[in-house]
Amino acid sequence: MSTPAIDVGWGAVVQRVTPRLNGLWVLLGLIAVMALLPCIASPYALMLMLPFIGYGITLLGFNLLFGTTGLLSFGHALFLGVGAYTAAALTSKFGILSFELLLITAALASGLISLVIGALCVRYTRIFFGMLTLAFGMLFHSFLFKFYSVTGGDQGMRVLRPLLLGMEWRGGKTAFLTGPFYYYTLLLFALLGLAMWRITQSPFGLHLRAIRENANKAAYVGVQIFRMRLAAFVISAIYGGIGGTILAVTTGLADPELAYWTHSGNLVFMAVLGGSGTFAGPAIGALVFVLLQDFVMSVTQYWRFVMGAVLVLLVVFMPQGLSGTIEALVRRNGGR
Amino acid sequence: MQPTPAADNDPLFEAINVSKSFGVFKALRDVSFRVDDGEFVSVVGPNGAGKTTLVNVVSGLLRPTIGEVRFMGRDIAGIGPVELARLGMSRAFQLVNIFPALTVRETLAVAVASRLRRIGNPFRSLRRDDVLQADVERVAEVLGLRARLDAVASALSQGEKKLLDIASAFALNPSVILLDEPTSGVSSGDKHAIMEVLVTAARAAGVRAIVQVEHDMDLVERYSHRIVALQEGTVLADMVPAAFFRDPAMISAVIGTRPKTLGGMH
Repeated sequence: MSTPAIDVGWGAVVQRVTPRLNGLWVLLGLIAVMALLPCIASPYALMLMLPFIGYGITLLGFNLLFGTTGLLSFGHALFLGVGAYTAAALTSKFGILSFELLLITAALASGLISLVIGALCVRYTRIFFGMLTLAFGMLFHSFLFKFYSVTGGDQGMRVLRPLLLGMEWRGGKTAFLTGPFYYYTLLLFALLGLAMWRITQSPFGLHLRAIRENANKAAYVGVQIFRMRLAAFVISAIYGGIGGTILAVTTGLADPELAYWTHSGNLVFMAVLGGSGTFAGPAIGALVFVLLQDFVMSVTQYWRFVMGAVLVLLVVFMPQGLSGTIEALVRRNGGR
Repeated sequence: MQPTPAADNDPLFEAINVSKSFGVFKALRDVSFRVDDGEFVSVVGPNGAGKTTLVNVVSGLLRPTIGEVRFMGRDIAGIGPVELARLGMSRAFQLVNIFPALTVRETLAVAVASRLRRIGNPFRSLRRDDVLQADVERVAEVLGLRARLDAVASALSQGEKKLLDIASAFALNPSVILLDEPTSGVSSGDKHAIMEVLVTAARAAGVRAIVQVEHDMDLVERYSHRIVALQEGTVLADMVPAAFFRDPAMISAVIGTRPKTLGGMH
């Protein structure tokens, strides 16, 4: 008869600790493991981690909009494109190579563009919001694709190797990317993760959740729905712009495919895969997606089919995503 | 709360010759209505009499077709919910209206954060904001939800959800509270408990007036200082409960026949 008392204690501990520490610690733990990775992993594996860092940052922002505020964007890759093309234009057309300047400009550019697009989109919710963001994403893609003289059309634009903290790296491309660039962007990932955590734990973040839960009621307790949704949209776009810059430097190319709607779909896939209900879930989704895609592509040329099947299985059997399912398992074991 | 006896004071809020049409349908016709400091006013009437429209108009949600709505001397016609909350008028709804996945603490913090203007800095900590948290706990205490602070709203009982809805209206420290059938959908035992909590809380929180739309005549008689009866969009009567319940014509106009249980109380 003494067991139940212990179990109750367990349940209480799990409930108290889980929501506060879980998300941030999982993310920082993951980043800490990644910081040790260069000691053991091959350059190939490290090169795979770079897109994960780019997507991970993007997904942190994407989930502020999707998981926290309840707005599902199908055009978020637009901001990856803004970040990538900002990096390309600055490095190859204006000769600006400072990575810090690239990041700041990309953040500003995506922030400004999202302010305009967001002001139109966040007046709508659910499918209408999704369709509008999709439409803007497609518009931007066709702009990149058709304005050959400015954007290089389907050739894209080259992104030159940037200077980190004003310093030039003389080694080869892979050594640069898996060395200083890897640590630089990993640190950036940690800082932006911390910043996002603060946002989700603030009164501002609470207002966003209130909007997701019941916008009608939220207005009556003083929540400024339009302004809050727009703020979430802009913040998520800034994260997307920074993620896009990292992706473009990694590949050395700003490509219109980055802003294509299927790429937006991938972002949604990652969020669903990882679980949008938790803080670190979408970033984990990005990691699993990158690894899974790499593995499936190396095995079969029908990788799109396999990825599609994974998505179907996921939605049917794990609607809460990986993190949500793990959390439920932990909670169930903790409760018993 | 006690009404101020002198009628020469400026009203806390008033509707002056208000009409509201939806297309050809006239929901309100030339309604004048005032609420003074310290009053508990009940708006009664059969379905379709225009009660909810009246509340929507006086709370600035709907703009009257003709007429004026003033709150503490300010024109508030059509100002919308956020501005209304800022001015000090808050509303609770007929249907249970909660944030299902938020805890009681978080639900109250939403309102307290908007009142204390904590939204401008998105990096500010919610948990370590002692002033905000103390205020959340004070409101929970007054509304009897203190023990449920960490419960998720969707897991509360129906009565508790109602209380939470009302509590979040209180968390704005309003001068006026508008209640659209505050006790609908809860058992009759809980109704009285909720009304008691509400009136006590209003007194403790310094709420200056309560306006409620209510069907339960028992509650109306027991708590109101004044009854405004609507019928087909016009004011049929505006009188104290004693006078209202003495007039059989009034009662039958509003509720058909008077429930027997009430008769037994006198």
